[in-house]
Amino acid sequence: MMHHHLILRVVTKLLVGTIILFALYVQFHGDFSPGGGFQAGVIMAVAFILYGIVFRLEKVQRVLPPWVVHKLMALGVLIYAGTGILSFFLGYNYLDYGAFSPDHPSHGQHWGILAVEFGVGVTVTGVMISIYYAFAARTPLIDDEAW
Amino acid sequence: MGAWDLFVEIVSWALILSGSFFTLAGALGIYRFPDFWARLHAASVLDSAGMILLLAGMCVQSGFTLVTVKLIIIGIFLFITGPTATHSVANAALTSGARPTEAPGLVGAIPGPPGTLDPEADDEDTAREAQTS
Repeated sequence: MMHHHLILRVVTKLLVGTIILFALYVQFHGDFSPGGGFQAGVIMAVAFILYGIVFRLEKVQRVLPPWVVHKLMALGVLIYAGTGILSFFLGYNYLDYGAFSPDHPSHGQHWGILAVEFGVGVTVTGVMISIYYAFAARTPLIDDEAW
Repeated sequence: MGAWDLFVEIVSWALILSGSFFTLAGALGIYRFPDFWARLHAASVLDSAGMILLLAGMCVQSGFTLVTVKLIIIGIFLFITGPTATHSVANAALTSGARPTEAPGLVGAIPGPPGTLDPEADDEDTAREAQTS
């Protein structure tokens, strides 16, 4: 079926894993170096969008169906708000990260920020991929075989 | 400053300055060359050369540290993605009808084995099969 764009397909297969690894690095190293949830979410989404552009929409939607992406958007907000509400129930203020280790508040802040940034990353990934799905699911102007 | 430090500085700045020269020459080529293909040539080749020299210069500056490893990884990444981007841009331009000014009648890449490149070849094959059967 797809015999064109050989170079792009090979290079995409090489790069997708590297991009996901880099996204995780930016995500979880973000409190020591430039980065964080927003950037990591966009980079993670780029891996899937690149795969979708080169290998068609159906292939990437077999990996990540639209309903999963829609759930991801809500899941990130749930992680963010859930972190805050958890500190609520531990007897502290909303999003007071010191609740997670009362003896060492700085440790608790470390874990709290990691959890909150993870929520941000999940939501940004979901939003970016669903924007791409919304645009790419329209009928193409140029037939794929015309290339 | 010892002799070794001086040597490292000279080597790294020679690499960085020559890389800058290549990058500037590439920018000038994009601005001055006559048609799309010549400009693409200037952009891709000179950017690759300048990137390698600049990263090598920065590697020599930073010595045996984690920064050097990161620079080498960035170099490998750009070494793969740069030519790929050039390839896809050139492919899209050829498909959408851009031709070099020196060869206006160029029809494109030579077709490979049947059924590999363009859908018209497939159509001809099926037509031939229909005739023979």
